[in-house]
Amino acid sequence: MSRSDVLVDADWVQAHIDDPKVVIVEVDEDTSAYEKNHIKNAIRIDWKKDLQDPVRRDFIDQAGFERLLSERGIANDDTVVLYGGNNNWFAAYAYWYFKLYGHQDVRLLDGGRKKWELDSRDLVVDAPAPRPHTEYQAQEQDLTIRAFRDDAIKAIGSLNLVDVRSPDEFSGKLLAPAHLPQEQSQRPGHIPTAHNIPWSKAANDDGTFKSDDELKALYEGEGVDLSKDTIAYCRIGERSAHTWFVLHELLGQPNVRNYDGSWTEYGSLVGVPIELGAS
Amino acid sequence: MCGAKAGGPGLAGVDVATETIIQGSLTRDGEPVSGYVRLLDDSGEFTAEVPTSATGQFRFFAAPGTWTLRALVPGSSVDRAVVAQKGNLTEVAIAV
Repeated sequence: MSRSDVLVDADWVQAHIDDPKVVIVEVDEDTSAYEKNHIKNAIRIDWKKDLQDPVRRDFIDQAGFERLLSERGIANDDTVVLYGGNNNWFAAYAYWYFKLYGHQDVRLLDGGRKKWELDSRDLVVDAPAPRPHTEYQAQEQDLTIRAFRDDAIKAIGSLNLVDVRSPDEFSGKLLAPAHLPQEQSQRPGHIPTAHNIPWSKAANDDGTFKSDDELKALYEGEGVDLSKDTIAYCRIGERSAHTWFVLHELLGQPNVRNYDGSWTEYGSLVGVPIELGAS
Repeated sequence: MCGAKAGGPGLAGVDVATETIIQGSLTRDGEPVSGYVRLLDDSGEFTAEVPTSATGQFRFFAAPGTWTLRALVPGSSVDRAVVAQKGNLTEVAIAV
């Protein structure tokens, strides 16, 4: 798999903007950003309303994902190009989620919404005409790319645990990224033996990914043994989806799982070990 | 400051006493400008980033200490060092 199979640049999107087999999808943390404006012909997926079970803390099930994609007019053989704000955090989360349910051809727009805006490219206000309904067939969840809390606990001292939050969240100084209020119920800190490699080290200021050589040097330089399996986590699994994308999709590491329960689950568990302080 | 509103966004619903808030506005030639503001910690590491509002405003919930704000707008970026304290608003006006 090459970089161009999973990552496209703005010129590629511009060239395929009217291609009916390319579905451009905006996924933002701020789910109202799409209403302000978006790339022409882009549809929206709301990471909260569309991708989460409305009652339990979990994802929508396989049938739910099939309903969602059928209703949005996405077919199994469509190329889905995801982009969003926050340096593609939630777009990378959606990318991982589409892979979880087995969609073949998913790609990220390198740099996401921010680079598109900073390059002063066109954005439109009107939503496109709805795409025709499809009969989307999802696969069962691919649990080789998803980790749960017991996997995270078992990984202590044996697998690579990569905590991709900011150093101040890792050390316990902050409980959430600094654009969110800090009142949270869980304990601060990190999973013992985790390496703190913030997701942002994998990206340039404009949100594009660094080169494969730079990325490999980054993880190896921070002590990650790339011959071992890896679990990445953050606060709710969106920034670690960005790092999962780097390790699994760009660097081609075979056994990388995203722990989507992440710190909001782990930091609330009774009796599990927690470490405080910098790495 | 013609069209620009001084200071950061309104504080209704925000518990200022318990948070360490860094906020402000981004202007070019006195007019609010759309862009992004990054918050870097005392080692220069990325901590958070927000798009500015339609009126150029931004806000972070940080921790006490020294931080750098980096404003990104089409064609340029500007860094500003700030010191934040819990319970005290740190207001920063950034001209790009």
